[in-house]
Amino acid sequence: MEGVQGFIYPNELELQWSVLIVLYPFITGLVAGAFILASLERVFNVRAVKPTYRLALLTALAFLIVAPLPLQLHLGHPERSFSMYLTPHTQSAMAMFGFVYLWYLTVVLLLEIWLDYRKEIVEFWKASTGPKRWLYAALALGVDNIDAASLRVDDRLGRAVTIIGIPSAFLLHGYVGFIFGSLKANPWWSTPLMPVVFLFSAIVSGIALVMLLYIVLTWLRRHRIDMVCVDTIAQYLLYALIIDFSLEMLDLIHRLYEADESLKALDFMVRTRLWTSQVIVQIISGTVVPIVLLGLLQLGPLITSTGRSVLARAIRGLWEFRLPIYVLAGTLTMIGIFAMRWNVVIGGQLFSKSFLGYTVYKMQFATREGLLPAVVLMVLPFVILWVLVRLLPPWDQEETEPATRPARAH
Amino acid sequence: MESGRRAFLEQGARLLVLSMPAALAWEHILAGTPEAADNYDTAAHWWGFAIDIEQCIGCGLCVRACKDENDVPLEPFTFRTWVERYVIDPDDPDHPMVESPNGGYDGFADIPSSDRKVKTFFVPKLCNHCSSSPCVQVCPVGATFDSPDGVVLVDKQRCLGCRYCVQACPYGTRYIDPRTHVVDKCTLCYHRITRGLTTACCEVCPTGARMLGDLKNPNDPIHEFLRSRKVHVLKPQMATHSKAYYAGLDGSVR
Repeated sequence: MEGVQGFIYPNELELQWSVLIVLYPFITGLVAGAFILASLERVFNVRAVKPTYRLALLTALAFLIVAPLPLQLHLGHPERSFSMYLTPHTQSAMAMFGFVYLWYLTVVLLLEIWLDYRKEIVEFWKASTGPKRWLYAALALGVDNIDAASLRVDDRLGRAVTIIGIPSAFLLHGYVGFIFGSLKANPWWSTPLMPVVFLFSAIVSGIALVMLLYIVLTWLRRHRIDMVCVDTIAQYLLYALIIDFSLEMLDLIHRLYEADESLKALDFMVRTRLWTSQVIVQIISGTVVPIVLLGLLQLGPLITSTGRSVLARAIRGLWEFRLPIYVLAGTLTMIGIFAMRWNVVIGGQLFSKSFLGYTVYKMQFATREGLLPAVVLMVLPFVILWVLVRLLPPWDQEETEPATRPARAH
Repeated sequence: MESGRRAFLEQGARLLVLSMPAALAWEHILAGTPEAADNYDTAAHWWGFAIDIEQCIGCGLCVRACKDENDVPLEPFTFRTWVERYVIDPDDPDHPMVESPNGGYDGFADIPSSDRKVKTFFVPKLCNHCSSSPCVQVCPVGATFDSPDGVVLVDKQRCLGCRYCVQACPYGTRYIDPRTHVVDKCTLCYHRITRGLTTACCEVCPTGARMLGDLKNPNDPIHEFLRSRKVHVLKPQMATHSKAYYAGLDGSVR
């Protein structure tokens, strides 16, 4: 029994949930987070983030399409999964996944994207020939009425869908947290904070992803990056990170102070097997460092160009190079949130429910639940996004011109 | 000679008459609807299990009998029932030495002799057939269910293999069968108890440490056991309403 330390129940030798189940909350979190960012513009009228509105919606869709795949690959009998729709067990938290997923996919995302893009779809339909014409005609559902009155209806409906979409995005990821948080047998998971922590970490990861995608895609398209937009997104990323970090620390402090019978086992686990992924990657480099970097950058616009102190000069220097710092903070955040999912899912299985021993997770490579399918599943949403961006360009006409707006004064 | 033949015919006729209901019930049991059998009334039973810690000698016969009877894989380490040995130093009761080599299948090696006096005992484990089972609650398709006679069972034709129930069980009694990719667990030998037999583990236990009990049968010895002994269940804080009752259970057992 290699890797086992102390006593574990015999049936605990095999870990039940693999890296694929780590991907499941990670991917659904990106969906919910990207959608929340999109809704900032639509519902809360944060105009500055408009260049990312459509990109965020398409990103959410690309990841949502992939979200059920790791679950399907993981199931012992994927061919039976449809019975969750036909004869769900209503007391089971997991049974609701299909319904929450379908609601979010069809009622929220597809509808909102369709309403938002309908004008362009019809224009592409009329302007193209051959199979492309058929494709856009199908996407338009055969409706080519894009007069001002009908576009006004689209806009009003789209706004209503976004308003429904915000609680739906909360539901989608809060629900994923509930699947873990409601299991009383596992003290690492069982906390009512779990859905809330999942939700805010989802918002963090979704905002970071869309920010990175916007920067990289704009750079690839050789257009000027709208720094007002990126500054604003980074600001929201900072706020979400602070809330997320506070919630996670609350959970940690609560556990330490309450010190129930599981604490010794969990404490030992964090100090040994989860030290790198939890303390180093998740908390320090994935949360504290981005908060410090983004927090310091918030001071940038406040420092006058005449300030001569070391701090003023340092912050001015940082502000000058804020784009690579945003990329660094966003990347560290994404890695940190992935580590958080890993620490929840895998960490929750490394200790015995007897609290008397520990096991290890041995990830395989080219097996059904190995590293290779996990990597493929993480690349797949980007491929889908590439197709979606080609099909439905998320760049507004004015956005395709080089940005002329000056960056925020400093 | 004549009377011998007559006796044989009489015995044979009696056996035939007696086995016919069993045969009839067997069809229903195989069909997964024992309640439809004329001679097994699910409403008339409520199964539980009694374990006397002080009687268990850690011989592992129950583990072997269970694996044989229920076709539980020998490898990897999957068990419907297993036996743990606790060794507790009275000066350090918070850190019991616990082991269950191959689930106790081959029994246990002697404890290395030492000057220190230690407390030691065996704890047989199996599905607790809880009446508020977390595993039943979480199954997304209802493949894990409570039978009307109080046994937690799995419909293997329905199980998705999502493993949520394995995570939800506080006692570690469930595993995925590597051959069928669906969950497996103790059924209290449902195929036996619905025919009036006891479980395989109880059948072979040489000391009577394990006892199947019908809580709805007023004449069942389990009532005397529950009345006369100080009993406890595992992890009572989980509020699963376990029906595996332990007499002589030490507080250190998890």
